[in-house]
Amino acid sequence: MASELLGTKYEAVIGLEVHAQLLTKSKIFCGDSTEFGLPPNTNISPLSLGHPGTLPVLNKEVVEYSICMGLATNCSIRPISLFARKHYFYPDLPKGYQISQFDEPICYDGYVEIELDTKGDGSKTQRIGITRIHIEEDAGKSIHDLDIDTLVDLNRAGVALIEIVSEPDIRTAQEAVAYLTQIRQTLLYLGICDGNMEEGSFRCDANVSIRPIGQKEFGTKAEVKNMNSFRNVEKAIEHEIERQIGIVESGGAVVQETRGWDAGSQTTKPQRSKEQAHDYRYFPEPDLPPIRVPQVWLDEIRSRLPELGLQRKRRFVRDFGLPGYDAGILTQEQSLAQYFEDASAALSEKTTDRYKLVSNWIMTDVMRILSEKKITANELTLPPAYIAEMADLLASEMISSKIAKEIFPEVLEGKSPKKVVEERGLMQVSDNSFIIEIVEALLSENPDEVGRYREGKKSLMGFFVGQALKNTQGKANPKIVTKLLQERLDA
Amino acid sequence: MAVSKETINTIAQLARLEFREEEKARFGQQFEQIIEYFNALEAINLDGVEPLKTILDADINVFREDEVKREITTVEALSNAPKHNGVFFKVPKVIG
Repeated sequence: MASELLGTKYEAVIGLEVHAQLLTKSKIFCGDSTEFGLPPNTNISPLSLGHPGTLPVLNKEVVEYSICMGLATNCSIRPISLFARKHYFYPDLPKGYQISQFDEPICYDGYVEIELDTKGDGSKTQRIGITRIHIEEDAGKSIHDLDIDTLVDLNRAGVALIEIVSEPDIRTAQEAVAYLTQIRQTLLYLGICDGNMEEGSFRCDANVSIRPIGQKEFGTKAEVKNMNSFRNVEKAIEHEIERQIGIVESGGAVVQETRGWDAGSQTTKPQRSKEQAHDYRYFPEPDLPPIRVPQVWLDEIRSRLPELGLQRKRRFVRDFGLPGYDAGILTQEQSLAQYFEDASAALSEKTTDRYKLVSNWIMTDVMRILSEKKITANELTLPPAYIAEMADLLASEMISSKIAKEIFPEVLEGKSPKKVVEERGLMQVSDNSFIIEIVEALLSENPDEVGRYREGKKSLMGFFVGQALKNTQGKANPKIVTKLLQERLDA
Repeated sequence: MAVSKETINTIAQLARLEFREEEKARFGQQFEQIIEYFNALEAINLDGVEPLKTILDADINVFREDEVKREITTVEALSNAPKHNGVFFKVPKVIG
């Protein structure tokens, strides 16, 4: 099988190109709205339709957002960068050229760090180089299968994009996904892209080649497109590597071409390209002046950058004593991380144990609700302070974890945990005399079990504890119950 | 400098144009004349001269603020199209 030769005989060389739609209100060169999902050809104007006599004027926010991403990925920012025309004929590109950047992109020479350890504790990290980030305009949409003609919707034509091009530093499909996750998270933290792969506001193409291990020269690459989920990126790259190893092993040669991932057959297939000749005849865009980024502007943008995902994850491990796994999950998305921080700040005692309790509640019940309701943490009506109250009640042994689970649905409805516990009289009983009564009654009711326990069947302790808790509707402190039972049974 | 038939075919393909054989011969001659005309530039010594990429070298940025402006309607947008269905522009079938 070809896959067994990966890592023993061959290695893969992968570079990713990510197109991210920027979250500006208007398009890159004119005031058309960028709102998604409107009727076809609503967000249009003479400029986005490519009418003669129109002139582009650059949206300032696009430049700011691009610089944000450049700084967040450790890129150098060009003090002067230029636009270029990339020519090809396709009906979704009304002007006959795309305004892009060519040899002087705004950001270059950066890197992102990815974490590759399975535990999420950051013990194995790797740098993936960023060759460049450039600004360009999106094309419209052509629909081929609804009519005998091709239908064209230009709502998307001229929406601002950045293209983030990685170095060929990636070696496996898993690394590709880790890199993509990091890029997407960074865009989300910066608030400059919504990262929606299904709607196409975050798209990824992969350049994949293989070479014998130890060889320096790159093999011939194929460009893989049409992967609209992280899972598809992983599967498409794995398949493409295997396909190429298969070709080389059977004495063939990989052909340089564009291939599309076909989710139905789970394979990549050759794609007919938009421009067979791939002769884009780039030249400097005469309609737009260069973008100038003076140092003061750069410093000002830098000073506004938020803390990014990986930094926040590492701070959660450092300051809250959370396991790397927890910290990774909590910082996946900004509002969830903020929710954790808000809950932690509301704890009555700031201890590692309590932070971990808060983390547990968020990672299980809170996240379940978020995915059920398809909302983010900032849209949650459950105040983070209630999670803190739950953790406080548990940590101070006012309630058992069983009771905590039980009252959670009511807390979700907007009741404070303390109130629910008080109203329903669920406060954990740590009063010895009350528990002694229960325990002694239990032992006298079950003489057989007591006998068997004393003959060595120690596992019956679970039975006794369970019964005692049941007889107190879960309110008895299990630690005290166990201690009192042991004192009597082991005496 | 002769312009080969292959070059003419490539240019036609890039421009999505179809030429008849006699047109190809005529365009070949015209292309040659154009290239010859520009070849005059070869005579100029350009040592140490940076390529001119923009003539807009004032030290300012020309930006617009990120504001939405509704300029025309769908009906107006489609009114100049040779073919449309009231919602989409229609063009001869392109295989994607």
